[in-house]
Amino acid sequence: MEIVVACGIAVLAGSGVWLLLRPRTFQVAIGLSLLSYAVNLFIVIMGWVRDGAAPFVQPGVLPDPARFADPLPQALVLTAIVIAFATTALLLVVLLASRGLTGTDHVDGREAEE
Amino acid sequence: MLLIVLLALPFLGSIAAALLRANARNAEAWLAGGVALAGLALSASCYPKMSDGQIARFSLEWIPALGIEFALRMDGFAWLFCMMVTGIGFLVVLYARYYMSPEDPVPRFFSFFLAFMGAMLGVVLSGNLVQLVFFWELTSLFSFLLIGYWHHSAAARDGARMALVVTSAGGLCLLAGALLLGRIAGGYDLDTVLAAGERIRADPLYIPALALIVVAALTKSAQFPFHFWLPQAMAAPTPVSAYLHSAAMVKLGVFLLARLWPAMAGTDAWIWIVGSAGLVTLVLGAYIAIFQHDLKGLLAYSTISHLGLITVLIGLNSQIALVAAVFHIMNHATFKASLFMAVGIIDHECGTRDIRRLSGLYRFMPVTATLAMVAAAAMAGVPLLNGFLSKEMFFAEALVVEGPSRPVNQVLPLVATLWGVFSVAYSLRFIHGVFFGPAPEGLLREPREPPRWMRFPIEFLVLACLLVGILPAVTIGPLLDIGVSALLGARTAEYNLAVWHGFTTPLLMSIVALAGGAILYRLLQKHLSRGEERAPFLPPVQGQHVFDRLLAALSWRWARAFEATLGTRRLQPQLGLLLLAALAAGLWPVWAHGLRFGPLPPSPVEPAFVLMWIVGGVCALGAAWQAKFHRLVALLLASGAGLVVCLTFVWLSAPDLALTQLVVEIVTTVLLLLGLRWLPKRTPFQWTLAGARAALPRRARDLAIAVGSGCGLGLLAYAVMTRPLPDNTISRFFLERAWPEGGGSNVVNVIIVDFRAFDTLGEISVLGVVALAVYSLLRRFRPARESMEPLPQHVQQTAEGVSEDLAVPAVIMRWMFPATALLAAYLLLRGHNLPGGGFVAGLALAVGMILQYMAGGTRWAEERLAIRPLRWIAVGVLLATLTGAAAWLFAQPYLTSHVARFALPLIGELHLPSAFLFDLGVFSLVVGATGLLLIALAHQSARGHRLPKEN
Repeated sequence: MEIVVACGIAVLAGSGVWLLLRPRTFQVAIGLSLLSYAVNLFIVIMGWVRDGAAPFVQPGVLPDPARFADPLPQALVLTAIVIAFATTALLLVVLLASRGLTGTDHVDGREAEE
Repeated sequence: MLLIVLLALPFLGSIAAALLRANARNAEAWLAGGVALAGLALSASCYPKMSDGQIARFSLEWIPALGIEFALRMDGFAWLFCMMVTGIGFLVVLYARYYMSPEDPVPRFFSFFLAFMGAMLGVVLSGNLVQLVFFWELTSLFSFLLIGYWHHSAAARDGARMALVVTSAGGLCLLAGALLLGRIAGGYDLDTVLAAGERIRADPLYIPALALIVVAALTKSAQFPFHFWLPQAMAAPTPVSAYLHSAAMVKLGVFLLARLWPAMAGTDAWIWIVGSAGLVTLVLGAYIAIFQHDLKGLLAYSTISHLGLITVLIGLNSQIALVAAVFHIMNHATFKASLFMAVGIIDHECGTRDIRRLSGLYRFMPVTATLAMVAAAAMAGVPLLNGFLSKEMFFAEALVVEGPSRPVNQVLPLVATLWGVFSVAYSLRFIHGVFFGPAPEGLLREPREPPRWMRFPIEFLVLACLLVGILPAVTIGPLLDIGVSALLGARTAEYNLAVWHGFTTPLLMSIVALAGGAILYRLLQKHLSRGEERAPFLPPVQGQHVFDRLLAALSWRWARAFEATLGTRRLQPQLGLLLLAALAAGLWPVWAHGLRFGPLPPSPVEPAFVLMWIVGGVCALGAAWQAKFHRLVALLLASGAGLVVCLTFVWLSAPDLALTQLVVEIVTTVLLLLGLRWLPKRTPFQWTLAGARAALPRRARDLAIAVGSGCGLGLLAYAVMTRPLPDNTISRFFLERAWPEGGGSNVVNVIIVDFRAFDTLGEISVLGVVALAVYSLLRRFRPARESMEPLPQHVQQTAEGVSEDLAVPAVIMRWMFPATALLAAYLLLRGHNLPGGGFVAGLALAVGMILQYMAGGTRWAEERLAIRPLRWIAVGVLLATLTGAAAWLFAQPYLTSHVARFALPLIGELHLPSAFLFDLGVFSLVVGATGLLLIALAHQSARGHRLPKEN
């Protein structure tokens, strides 16, 4: 299973990076989105990779940390997901405004001279 | 204690002055004058202590780790400066009250003025070198603001900038010098430094430290070769010149040199560096002053020359010369401040300061003229005036000095006499050119005497010149004694402040200077009347031009060249370099230590999971493939990849993440769909072999980066997953404390709303700010012209409400709203113990609202549903902040949580952590922010639809 997750991360990150380097603003937006999936997964697997070990403790019982997935990366990623949504929204609006102002959707605000 | 009041008073006054009304001229003057007078009174009250030779101290801890404390230290020398700074400050305030016109924004002037006074006092009273540098730079800053007070004038702006650049560059040198000095002396405390004189002079770092400190002093006191900024700074209002450029700012350089005299003087290097800079300035300044046509320019060069005199005196390594220097610091302040003020009056009354256009003013303003003439005579060194006394001391010292170089010693009396000749010549020019001769022509109005109180400061200062000049031993003697004995301690040599020493060589030199000056002025009259701009016999190099060239080269040409070679404005290379750097940073440790996998056995592979990831991978690759031409397809594929990630979170034991990812995925997709409408249509693309071949290297390079990054991240992830989790991580803390202290069993949620609630507060603020930013960006949004054409389905939808083909889903969507709201409430309430929480709940409710928009159209939804996203955001931030602040009521740190446990009838025992209120705030903010984002974008379609009709 680990190898599957690792391959998934690799494919997501690769696609994201490829799109990041493309010249159209929409490509960059999608690329950032894919890259953030990969990075979020990457951070979460820093905890424990195991099914059925969600970090919910029993009231009144001293928990054994070895039985739970690490809650800290999860908390980090939870906020990261929401922030990524906000930045995507901001990026989208900025690229729309840039498109309106410059008349092109090239990332530099003008078509590359070929 | 008194010292901190003395220092704080001007700064407090500055803040108060800034808050007064723009036309409150009198109130401002009362305030500033009161502050200056109070400072003067406070300083004066230290007189008994100072005359006993005591030192007043005050200190606070500042940076104990570095052995630096905030220390105020007033000895006799500092006291003398305090008296001068506050006393002349008061007179200048009085003068400025009448000088500033009602149109000038006076709060700014008096505010900067008082702040400058505070900074001056700060330098003078600093008991510690680092603190001294701080206040030193503060004086540069406020002098910049004061010189540039009339910022509508280009000359004022340029002059202010030049003064700032030169003096603050000097300040940086001072910082370096002070650090070196502190290192040599073993402490930054002034007492330590002054006591370590022997060690400092013997240290190999003495020369660099000396050079740096002298550069600072020379820049501040406008000494050659940094003298050029002072004449440019004459664009300042005259009260500023009268204060900064006679008594205050320019005196700091010589103050510093005199202050460190006991620690650093006494070497040949000192005499060469300090003495020679002063000597050149002395003669050069006086010579150029003769040829100035602008009265303030004349005074500026004269100031440069007189400061040169003080510098030479300090640089002579003789105690008597140091006494003369301190004496001249005070004398120069009195006569030069009064002269600047007189020039201000002339400028005010005649509308010009050009000597060529002025003459015969004596008959219009006899009193002012007399005062100015006495002050100018003091500047020239006429007997029975204070300037004469310090000049005599200089001449006497010039005769007996024992410098390292014999020829220089012999030439020095000649140079001194030459300086005397020049001084007399420019003073005569000032007096004769302005006040005598025929009445001026071409003035706008007839000049008159100024108001009574505008003249008072000049009268007072001129009286001081006379009193000191006639009765030095009674008037200035005790003060000078206090100042000098603080510098020299018990070693103070005997000096004699008498007007009449008998027929001595210095007196002869004075007579020669007076006569020579008169003759020189007579000879030069023809040349001067021709009105040439430059002084003869000087090379055509001018300091300010060199400075301008250098500045232009540094900040413009070189910077541009640098940017052109190393920078790019294109995003792709920037991102590419960034990624390459990240790749290199990842590869480096692998290359150094190798990549090994851990001992954990792989868990069994489930076919469904593999299948899911095959879909996910294809989605990601497809999105990457299609994002250029098929945006909708790419968007859907990317969402598919997102869903796979979401499911993976479930398998990774992260249900909260899965929930959040799911809802965020929905909202993001809707958002991007709304944005798609404004992107350009697909450009016709012709695939050509040549085009593909041209793009091949670029694409190959990008592909390599992409594959490298992806594989690197994947390998790293695998390497981590095969290792066991370390035992003692911080997570143990969270897991163990979540229930007893946070009152929740969902550890992730407890971390977010309790343990790390402050981070979350920051995060939701970011979310709110982003929503507001998007909102305001879209208010000014101008779409591209071709995307303003209304879409056919759009017209139909907004005109008739819901189009027919959405009828059945629309009904379902409307009915879904209560259910969505209920789901959101459920997620919110259970968040502390089970998957859920404010983020997910907020997003879910936002999705419910969006569904209403989709079902009924913008107008329909807003008629029925009062959504006020801004209020949701405000309530959210307030609730979260106040929940945190509530802990203060119980004397607990911010955001300390508390779990209330109580029993309700029917429902049973409840426990309500205060973190729940915080989560409620998060929920409210997320609803507001998400709603605002989506609605703002959705409204653009309605606006874009309207625009063409209006035209």
